[in-house]
Amino acid sequence: MLGSGIINGLIVTAKNFVGSYHDPKRMVTVQYPEERAKLPENYRNFPFLITENATDPMGTLRCVACQICEKECPPQCIYIEKSKDKKPDATGKPQLYPAVFAIDTSVCMSCQICVEVCPFDAIKMDQVFEVAATDRFTGLLLDREQLAKPNSYFHEIHPTDAAEVDTRLATERQAAEEKAKAAAAAKAAAAAKAAAPKAAVKPAAEGGPTA
Amino acid sequence: MTFALIIISALILGCAAVAMALRNLIHSALLLIGSWAGVAAFYLWAGAEFVAFAQILIYIGAISMVVLFAVLLTRQGDAPEPVEFPSLSRFVTGLIAGGGVAGVLIGAILGMPFDVRTAQSAPALSVKELGAQLMGPHAVSLLVIGLLLTVALLGAVLLASDRRPDQPEDTP
Amino acid sequence: MIIAAIDSYLEVAPLAWRDAVVQWCPEPTQWLVHHLITIVAILAVFGTLFAFTPLAERKLLGRLQNRLGPNRSGLPWWQNGPKLWGLTQPFADAVKALTKEDIVPAAADKLLHFLAPVLIVAFSLLTFAVLPFGRHLVPVGLDAALLYFFAAGSATELAIFMAGWASRNKYSLLAAMRALAQVISYELPLILSVVPIVLIAGTLSLQDIVLAQGFWTFGFLPHWFVFTPWGFAGFLLFLVSALAESNRSPFDLPEAESELIAGHLTEYSGFKYALFFMAEYFGLTALSGLGVTLFLGGWQAPCAFLQFIPSWLWFMGKVIGMLLLFIWIRGTLLRLRIDQLTRLAWQFMVPLTLINLGNAAFWSLTAGWTGPLQLVRWGVSLAIIVIPFVLLGRRLSAGRHPRTYRYAAS
Repeated sequence: MLGSGIINGLIVTAKNFVGSYHDPKRMVTVQYPEERAKLPENYRNFPFLITENATDPMGTLRCVACQICEKECPPQCIYIEKSKDKKPDATGKPQLYPAVFAIDTSVCMSCQICVEVCPFDAIKMDQVFEVAATDRFTGLLLDREQLAKPNSYFHEIHPTDAAEVDTRLATERQAAEEKAKAAAAAKAAAAAKAAAPKAAVKPAAEGGPTA
Repeated sequence: MTFALIIISALILGCAAVAMALRNLIHSALLLIGSWAGVAAFYLWAGAEFVAFAQILIYIGAISMVVLFAVLLTRQGDAPEPVEFPSLSRFVTGLIAGGGVAGVLIGAILGMPFDVRTAQSAPALSVKELGAQLMGPHAVSLLVIGLLLTVALLGAVLLASDRRPDQPEDTP
Repeated sequence: MIIAAIDSYLEVAPLAWRDAVVQWCPEPTQWLVHHLITIVAILAVFGTLFAFTPLAERKLLGRLQNRLGPNRSGLPWWQNGPKLWGLTQPFADAVKALTKEDIVPAAADKLLHFLAPVLIVAFSLLTFAVLPFGRHLVPVGLDAALLYFFAAGSATELAIFMAGWASRNKYSLLAAMRALAQVISYELPLILSVVPIVLIAGTLSLQDIVLAQGFWTFGFLPHWFVFTPWGFAGFLLFLVSALAESNRSPFDLPEAESELIAGHLTEYSGFKYALFFMAEYFGLTALSGLGVTLFLGGWQAPCAFLQFIPSWLWFMGKVIGMLLLFIWIRGTLLRLRIDQLTRLAWQFMVPLTLINLGNAAFWSLTAGWTGPLQLVRWGVSLAIIVIPFVLLGRRLSAGRHPRTYRYAAS
């Protein structure tokens, strides 16, 4: 009959009305500044730089200032200046580091291309959304101090991704160490080998002039 | 009381005069509606509540819309065109048409047997008495007018509904 | 006895206070003060009601959709103080509307653009003059009060037209045409749904209509017109027409905020827009008051022993109940399309109101029937309205039922 749908709809909304007072599970919104909805893991907004050690963020940046991201960035919002000197990175290898690393978040479109192209897992996507600033020229231009965030923060916001990156880095590091060890061993062996004939040759050589 | 009547008459006549003088048809129509409102005020002044409210309901609520819609739907072009004023034939036809209407109205008014006694005590006519009058002595004219309006309404509905009823227009 | 004395005092208290103030004034200005106090009282009471209706609406709509609604605005300069459940929201809204920039389009007809909001508020306020707010509280006791109410209400159409035309915006003008088509279409069922009341009560005076409903069977069954077959049908028809007349959801397509910008109000901003908003709520409140007066017994108490509560409290309570019902409907129903809207008016509402008029005529002719004949009277009256309702409803929804949703998730 005409009108039965209207009555059914009114019953549904009446149930919502009563239920919203005693059933917190019905509520679809949260009281924002005090309560926050859990962001989905794959949510991304603006890149940040990963540091290994939270106590010394500028000393342990993963970034080696290779400038690939700067070249790939579609809206050209990244600006990097290479350092003049080298610092040992996490593996102890001396590397360049960014003397200036700035991202203009008013230009950034959160496309994640910088993350895709980074060979060092040094830049990752953040989950910030409260990025309002009072001055659009300086407030939105983030420098490397503002961009650097520890690896533990990365674990917090993208756990799966961070775990995967960490295992990969660990195996790489291990492989590098093993390679270094092997290289060192080979070097040592080669050195020993080189030393042995030398030692063998030496007397001969020594004996050479005497002969 | 006479002072109020002077104000009301000034409102009616002023609105009508300005409506004739203006070149913007919408403004003229709105002023005409203002003059109808003045007529309603006059009815109120004369103690005819029912007629005054009926005047507002019908003239200001309904007929004004007919007038305004007619102006909007029939106007050609965007800007209101200036009307050619000093044309002799236009002047003469206007004079003849206006004079004819005025003559009919004046003749009707002069032909009415005016009751002079109304000046001293206008009996407050209640809605009930008005209804009894309409249903009693004036029932035939009421029926004829009702029939006429019903026929007009049916004609409008027939003109407007040339679409088949069994063809719902919201099928995708 | 004491209770009776308090009751009678509360009943006449507003009038007593007014007369006290009037007595205190000099003789020549007394009539002016008398009317001014009435006007100011109506403005204050219904202005406050208007201020809090949108807040109640937003909070209720939130609850109807499992949200909280506005609950933040507290007191100024006291940011961490009590939130007061957001009750100061109307004042924040008022400040916002007053301080907003008032933009008038360069090509607009300045005078009419200014006059339209003023006229629409004036006309919607005029309707309050004849509503009987209580046993002794009738601002203007007109003989043809009902006609006056509709006359003042119908004049708002002129303001809608002026708003649309004076904006000099073709979308405003088209939207004004649509709004007028809606308002004119629903004026007919609105007036026709009220005619049965006039037929039964035999008067156009609203106070007399309320007095005609002031009896109780066994002291607790009120003789309100809504508790008769024709009255109930008339009330529902009145409710639907009132929703359409006051541009409320599901008939809010003149200013459908999600698809049109604001219809004929597109070129209005700041306080002029607030005036239109105000007029809409005043119109809604006035129509609620009329519905209460005509169908729900006006200021009469629902039971004889509840008469100790002042009549004006009953009236306001019923009006607020009607407003809450309107908000509930807004939170539930979807918006109609313009063709569905006009079809509903002309193919469904108008025939039903005419049939209901015949029903009321039958009811008044059989007023003398008693005993078992009373049951026959009720049965016939019910049949007269229910059978056409079912048949017309079937015809209206023919070919559209059940509706399938191709792209909706199951």
